[in-house]
Parts: sequence; C-alpha cells; structure tokens
Amino acid sequence: MAGRGRGRGRGQMTFNLEDVGIGRGESLPPTTFKPSPLYPPLSVQPVPLQTGEEVDYMLALKQELRAATKTLPFYIRRAASKRDVDRYSDKYQSGEPKDCTIEWNPDWSRLPKELCIKVRKPQGKRTTSQVKRLKQPLVGKEEILTKLETLEKKEDAVNSEEEEDEEKKKTNEEEEQAEEEDYEEDFEEDTDYIMSYFDNGEEFGGDSDENMDEATY
Amino acid sequence: MTAQEVRLCGLLLQEHFGDVVEKIGTHLLRSGAQNLRTIANETNTPLDLVKKSLCVLVQHGACEFGSGRRGPGSPVEYRADSERVLRILRYPRYIYTAKTLYGDTGELIVEEVLQRGHMTLSNTVKTVADRLTHNMEEGRNMEYSEVSSTFSKLVETHFLQRCPPVAEMGAAPPTTTPATHGAPASVAPPTAESNPDCYKLPPVKLIGCGKRRHSGDDTEDQRGGKKAKMDSESCGDEGIYWQVNFERFHQHFRDQAIISAVSSKLDQTSSEIVRTMLRMSEVTTTPSAAYTQPLSANEIFRSLPPNYSISRPILDQYLTLLVDDPMEFVGKSGDSGGGMYVVNLHRALANLARATLESVVQERFGSRSARIFRLLLRKRHLEQKQVEDFAMIPAKEAKDMLYTLLSENLVQLQEIPKTPDHAPSRTFYLYTVNQLPTARLLLQRCYKTVANLIERRLHETKENKRLLEKSQRIEAILASLQASEAEPEQLTEVEDMITAPERQQLEALRRHINKLDCAENQVDETVFLLESYIFSTRTK
Repeated sequence: MAGRGRGRGRGQMTFNLEDVGIGRGESLPPTTFKPSPLYPPLSVQPVPLQTGEEVDYMLALKQELRAATKTLPFYIRRAASKRDVDRYSDKYQSGEPKDCTIEWNPDWSRLPKELCIKVRKPQGKRTTSQVKRLKQPLVGKEEILTKLETLEKKEDAVNSEEEEDEEKKKTNEEEEQAEEEDYEEDFEEDTDYIMSYFDNGEEFGGDSDENMDEATY
Repeated sequence: MTAQEVRLCGLLLQEHFGDVVEKIGTHLLRSGAQNLRTIANETNTPLDLVKKSLCVLVQHGACEFGSGRRGPGSPVEYRADSERVLRILRYPRYIYTAKTLYGDTGELIVEEVLQRGHMTLSNTVKTVADRLTHNMEEGRNMEYSEVSSTFSKLVETHFLQRCPPVAEMGAAPPTTTPATHGAPASVAPPTAESNPDCYKLPPVKLIGCGKRRHSGDDTEDQRGGKKAKMDSESCGDEGIYWQVNFERFHQHFRDQAIISAVSSKLDQTSSEIVRTMLRMSEVTTTPSAAYTQPLSANEIFRSLPPNYSISRPILDQYLTLLVDDPMEFVGKSGDSGGGMYVVNLHRALANLARATLESVVQERFGSRSARIFRLLLRKRHLEQKQVEDFAMIPAKEAKDMLYTLLSENLVQLQEIPKTPDHAPSRTFYLYTVNQLPTARLLLQRCYKTVANLIERRLHETKENKRLLEKSQRIEAILASLQASEAEPEQLTEVEDMITAPERQQLEALRRHINKLDCAENQVDETVFLLESYIFSTRTK
C-alpha cells in the first residue's frame, strides 16, 4: 500500500535499489523483448576433447555398433506403403519387412501372450500341413451357414437391422476365436494359410536346391 | 522423467531400433504404464507394429510389463524404463571395459549380449566363436570351450547375470510369486534384479553341458567359419537368458574413477593402495553401500601386489595421508589390527561430483567465478558483502559474477527477513550453493548436450547423404574390382570418380562426425559421475 503513492520514476520498485547493490547513478539493465538467441556466442572456448588410444577405440566401437544396429532384426522399419497397383508378384516378394510378421524369434514365454506375432521363418522348407487344409473349409462352412441364417431371417420378417449387426458381430467373434485357435498351430508350422499353400517365393531365388527342383515340376 | 531425458531416449531409440520403436517408446515414457490397445490408439500405429516394437523393447529390457492396475484380469500394462534406454549411450564403454578385462572374447560376448538384449549361453558362445573364427587367419578357429570359459568368468565376476524369471501373468500372480520367491518383497516388483538368488549360481552345471555339446560340434566342422544353424537343436539351456549387469559395470567404473582421482591427487602408490582395498572388498560390499567393509592395515599389507615393494611403515604413512586428505576417499573406522580402514564410496562420489561442478563453473565463467563458487560451497551461506570480502574480488566484479551464477541457477539466493513484512531493507540475502540440485541441473544439461550432439550428427549425415552414398557405392565397386583382380588403371579410374573437392568434403564430414561421437562418449562420463552421485544420495 505504501509503495503505491510514490508515483513515477524509480519509485516503482517496492524496495530500495541500493539494497540490491545498484547505486544511485547506475542505470538498470535494459529490458529485452525477444528470446535469447538460439546459438548464443561462446564467451569461453570449450576445452579440447580428450585423445588417446582408449578414446579412439571407443569411437570405433560406437560407430561400429551404430552400423550394426541397422542390420539387426530389432531395427524395425515400417512396411513400404502400397504403390500404384496390386501386382501378382507382390505375393512372392517377401524380401521387404511386413508389419504382420516379426523377423527374429523371441522367446514367447518371456513375453505377454497378446504380443505374439507370427514369426517369419528364416528360409524354410515348408510342409503344407494337412490339418489346416481341413480346417479352412470348416471355417468356410460355418460362415456360409451363418450367412444363410441371416439371409433367412431377412426374408422371414423385416427385422430390425440391429439383429443382423449382432449376428455379424458374433460371426466376427467366432472368426477371431477360430483364428486364435489356428494360431497355436500356425506358430509351429507356418506363417499364413495362403502363404503355406502357395509357395511364398522365398525359395524361388535359388537359395536352396531342393526347392528349386520342386519348383521346376 | 524430464523433457530432456525423453528427448534423448527418443533419439537413442530411433538410432538403435528405428522410427516406430522410437514413437512407441517415447509415448510410453511420456504417459507411463499403458495397455496394448491404448498405445496403438494413442500413437496411431497399426497394432502389429506396436506389438513388434514392444517385443523389441521388452527383449532389451527397456520395457516392463505387468498385470494391470485394476486387479487381476485387466489387460497387461507396459512401462518403459528410461534409465535402461539411457544405458544405450554407454554401450561402447561397457564393451571397452570387457575388452580390457577379458580380451577380445570378453569384448565380443558383451557386445553380442548388449546388441540382442539377452541371450542364452550356448547361443552367445556359438555366435562369438563364429565371429572370432571369421576374423582369424585361415586354418585356425576358436574353441567353443575357450569362449564359454570367458563367459563363465564374466558371470563369476557378476558382469553378466541371469535375466530374472518372468512373473506369472494373468490368472493369479499373488499366489504364484510368493511360492517361488519366498515371503519377502514379492508385492509390487516381481522382477527385482538382484533378489532371486538362483541368478548367478547355476552356470557351473550349465557350462559342463554346454561344453560337451560344443566339443562334439567342434570336431564335426573343423574348418570353422560361418554356419547357418543358429537355431539351436538342444543345448540344455533354453529359457535361461543372460543379460549384462549394468550395476556391476557401474561399480567398476566408480572404482576406476576413485583410483584415478587418488592417483592424480596424491600419487601412484597411494592409488595402488586404494585399488587393493577396493579389490579386496569387491565381493563383500553391496553395490549401494556407502563405504566398503573395514579392512585392517595388516590385511591390506598382505594383499598388496608383491611387485609393489611398500614396506609396512610406509604403508601406514600412506594410509594416514589418505585419511587426512580433504577429499576423504579413505576413512579410518577403528584402531584394532593396526587400524581399520574403509573407502568412503559415497563421500568419494560426492567429492568427485563437486569437483565436476567446480570445473564446469571454472570453464564456463572463469577462475574467479569458480573461486566464488568454491567459497560458497565451503562456507554454505554468505551475504553479498561477505562474498566480495572473502573472495577478495572488487565489489562490482563480484556482484556481476554472482548475479551471472544466480541467473544460471548454479547459485541460490535465500531470503531471511528480520521482520514479517519481508521488506528488502530488513532482510538478509544469503547466497548459497546446493550441491545436489545443482548436480541435477547439470545432469539435465548433459542430457541436453548429448541430444544436441546426436541431432547435429544426424543433420550432418543428412546434409551429405548423396555424397556418402556415392562414396559407399564407389568403395563397393572398388572392392569387387579388387576381388576380380582388375587392372590398376581401372582402379584409379574408378577412384577418380570422386573429385578432389568431394574428397575434401568427405574428409571434413568424417572429422566432424568423429568429433561429435567422441564428445558423446565423453559427456557420458560426466553423466555417469553425476548419475551415480545422485543415486548415492537417494539410498542414504
């Protein structure tokens, strides 16, 4: 309260400037209206870095490590986005990373179950599994049945669409469950049913001779 | 978790695991524990990519998971560990240390384990032996047994440790954990690093079985070299993974720092005495102990390396000297047995950190500012007038320096009002230096520095991307030409494809990048010191 009446000039401060060490004659530092520069000038030159054998070796190690990380499977790249058109050959070009497969083989027992991703086999001789081929039509039948049911219902009465939606949800759930069940075996035997049925082209490049033979037939 | 830390972690993750992991990692660091769906949703990333990234993070120990906070049955939550991510910066130092202690084999073992997060013994041994064989001249190869003996040495000295068993997920964690771990401390963190005692003991059995298999394997492929059957058939150690024990490495770094500080403060002989003391108590002292187990002068005398001919009276003199030294590296804890001595680990760290702070002030603001800084450190609280007088610096300059330090937050100001109205004329203004907050401040600066260095390096490489790619291509061509034994004219022709100015530019770029990398390594040494100091104050 007391400070207010003092009016203009220096009196605007609530304390004596002398107390802070600024004398009568001295001017206050100018006010700044812009942020300090991004690269302020260095008043003191920094001390040179250490040198020596140890430093050089550590440097080499660091650069080597950095180069190595790019080649390890832990370096995750986003799958290349779809180009202009879908090509038939896309299916066979599996050199590029895919989002849905993992390039290394983690110990799933150390990871939560939900993280499980199909492991991409390095270069494998694949045996098309009988089990799965049997399973596919089964799933298909179920689907057809449920679809027929829903169609029937549609015809029968002009039921609200909600029910249909519900049905759909259910079928989706079923599908998911079926997939999950499938998965356990997939994990052991192969990646994907399409992939397993068709030769996915990895062997195509002439990497392994036995498969080449197969391919020519 | 500060903004600087997150930024640095992000850069490190990006460099080592790519953009996607960086995105997920920084998101986790910023927002704490989250479940899979939330992460995917909030980062706008396909679920599969999130899963992959989390796998990578968990594999490297940079991410922990546990059942949700909302009791059993709730979705698994993931939590990123910033400290572990920052360790990536120190990888070269770990590897180098392993090399100095255990030679090339040790170096490669630690390198492999660091690169892959965790590995089984058999897998590591195979990879390392293959790599060593690859580097050897024709006709020679690396014995598996040799590698595995180095591995076991690393385990014996605790540089490698078993990964803690994964906590049972889902159904009933509270019932399963106490059963396996016994009663104590099984509440929140089931993956506590040092708790399970099974972690360091069993390698003996493991190595025996590993060796047998490997020796059989050796005879099978005598010619050595690379082989593709990394998918181990059965080595008897599936599921037992090993990781690098960072704490043990840090302990080693700390001991080295103390020894080198003693040798530069006093002399070589006293540093040798301190080294002996540290080595003797290496096993008996816990990593977080404030000082080593007391050692009697007699014991120290007996354990001194024999080639160091120090007689008993001289040892006593050295010990008294060490105890009297103001850095207080060594303390006396009793008089029995010719005097009991300890190494004050925490004191030493605090003093080293203080020296670091002082030297930062000295290099940034000049020696006179450093004098003020040291004065404040010693006298705790001083008024401005007293600072001027004690430091023997003219009032005006002292004021200037003091205010600069204050504005940089290296010095704090404490107001003590004589009257309750806080009127400035009736208030003491005391300047003081708080070592711990200042150390924290400096640590954050260091993080920022490293992040800036990395960013600069990325920028430099990006700017010269075309040039780098060109030189790489030409090198590849040269290599293939040399392999096919082409004519020397052809070689020079290809070499000339890089023009002189381009060569110069490349050279400059290489120099810059080397310097930036070196700087990163060296800032990390300061980071380590400050981190361990701050950590040591926490455990008190």
